[in-house]
Amino acid sequence: MNLLQTLRIAVRALLINKLRSFLTTLGIIIGVAAVIAMVAIGEGAKARVEESFSSMGSNLLVVLPGSTSAGGQRGGFGSMPTLTWDDLKAISAEVPSVRYAAAQLRTNAQLLSEDQNWNTSVYGTTTEYFVIRNWPVALGSAMSDSDVESGAKVVFLGQTVAAKLFGASADPIGQLVRIKNIPFEVKGVLAAKGQSPTGQDYDDGAFVPLRAYQTKIQGGLQQFIAGSIYVGAQSQAATAEAQRQVTNLLRDRHHIGPGTDDDFSIRNLTELASAQEEGMKTLTTLLASIAAVSLLVGGIGIMNIMLVSVTERTREIGVRMAVGANPGDVLAQFLVEALTLATAGGVIGITAGLLAAQRLAEQFGWPTLIRLDVVVIAVVFSAAVGIVFGLYPARKASRLDPIDALRFE
Amino acid sequence: MSLLVLDDVTKVYHMGDVDVHALRGVSITVDEGDLVAVMGASGSGKSTIMNIVGCLDRPTTGRYLLAGEEVSKLDRYALAKRRNRTLGFVFQSFNLLPRTSALDNVELPLLYAGMRTKERHERARAALERVGLGDRVNHHPNQMSGGQQQRVAIARALVANPKVILADEPTGNLDSATSEGVIATFQELRDSGITVVLVTHEPDIASHAARVITMKDGRVLSDIRQEPKRAQLDPARTVEAEG
Repeated sequence: MNLLQTLRIAVRALLINKLRSFLTTLGIIIGVAAVIAMVAIGEGAKARVEESFSSMGSNLLVVLPGSTSAGGQRGGFGSMPTLTWDDLKAISAEVPSVRYAAAQLRTNAQLLSEDQNWNTSVYGTTTEYFVIRNWPVALGSAMSDSDVESGAKVVFLGQTVAAKLFGASADPIGQLVRIKNIPFEVKGVLAAKGQSPTGQDYDDGAFVPLRAYQTKIQGGLQQFIAGSIYVGAQSQAATAEAQRQVTNLLRDRHHIGPGTDDDFSIRNLTELASAQEEGMKTLTTLLASIAAVSLLVGGIGIMNIMLVSVTERTREIGVRMAVGANPGDVLAQFLVEALTLATAGGVIGITAGLLAAQRLAEQFGWPTLIRLDVVVIAVVFSAAVGIVFGLYPARKASRLDPIDALRFE
Repeated sequence: MSLLVLDDVTKVYHMGDVDVHALRGVSITVDEGDLVAVMGASGSGKSTIMNIVGCLDRPTTGRYLLAGEEVSKLDRYALAKRRNRTLGFVFQSFNLLPRTSALDNVELPLLYAGMRTKERHERARAALERVGLGDRVNHHPNQMSGGQQQRVAIARALVANPKVILADEPTGNLDSATSEGVIATFQELRDSGITVVLVTHEPDIASHAARVITMKDGRVLSDIRQEPKRAQLDPARTVEAEG
């Protein structure tokens, strides 16, 4: 007898007791649905976190000045300007695992267009900064090396700033923006970047080439960097190495002896992201264990009903054996029944789970992400549960003695 | 040619500490195309003979040849195949699958023989027509009378063109008029060349067989050839009786 015929017999047998078949699969349905819904929500949240991390920039390290204890004064990062322009040059020239390094100077200023004004962060930086942060322009042109070297009075606006000063759909390229009363020509509008993991709006900022920033906004060149250094490592894998090498270089350059604290600090955003990922993994493991437990319970339910079914249908098994079913045919029949129950439960569970996830997404505005591999795994696992828990009842059926089975009342 | 050969067959069942000797050396030979009745009181061993001849059980000692083939040492798979291809069963309690149409019930042996759907349907239909139930193919057992159910069971037994049909008290649950119709069907099958072995304890039923073997205490008591009484397959009468 071929598999299709076996399947047809199994389905027919299951349809005879529709309610019982449904109740039998309910355990698996609920388990699978719960897991699918939770995974969809979990994956959605994870995708949102990942997105916000990747929007900060790839392979990013941020070197901040401060954390000093020099002269008996102690303070955290930012409390003292300790990073020099030579430090920056050394980082980009001497550390092999670093691809780019750029200074980011920052101040707050009121920006004026012809008829609007907006208070925002004004940054002074160089071209590498936009590469490190993986941040292209949406309108106009990007900051060029000649902009930086010539000290050109040009400005690159974040999306939010551009919208506040010129309106959402206007083209501000070529217009003038006054920063601290000095006119800057808008040369580019940066692409939308979104929010940082802490909710800060990246698009609320304006960028000025470093030299112009130093001379026009900051008011003169300084020995120390009044801001931070953004470092882009060669690759994501190299960020830890880059962090170590930059730390050693700066300690060496700042003549910090062993046992003394750094006078700077380095934030490794990849590390932060992987810590987040770690948390997500724990959640996923938790979900997987819930799934395992619910499938186990569902499987036991199936085994229970299959055992009842084998007993109830002993006569039928005897008849089938008498007309020529061999033990393998009987085994296959009951195994396929259990498999069908479990797989149907899995499929119904997935459907219910997806619907639930969608509803939750609509209701609470949670992001959901349906992963095909999770769906496939859920089906495969429920099928496996059917086989594992169906095997014992099916074996029991196949080992029945046809004479006893025919006599069974 | 001898279709069934039992050669000094014994059967011992182990019931806890007690050994039950169901058969104590039985030798029977049945020729092709015969209609044999096996009689005897309960416990005489007639059901055990049925089970061994039907490849549902194996003898403890002795040989059993089915169509010239020694089957007493075959495994469960091989025995299933003999039951499927060479044998057909009719039981006292019909043993039809409930909530399953007559056609599907009759198709069952063909299903296990691995036959294609179309051919299966055709042959099952033909078998039902042969037992006079061509208009009941989609009826379920609970929609049919006892006589009709038993004729569905006969159709199931003959659908795979077996050499032997084994009937275990086939009329035990039927009234005498319906019984007569069922016996007539068996006689008709015998006339078409199928060997029929009937197990019964009713002398009236046995009188329709050409040969009557009587069992007692696991041994053959007598083995008589006789002129079989002809059963009447009167459609009008059976329909009325089954009303």
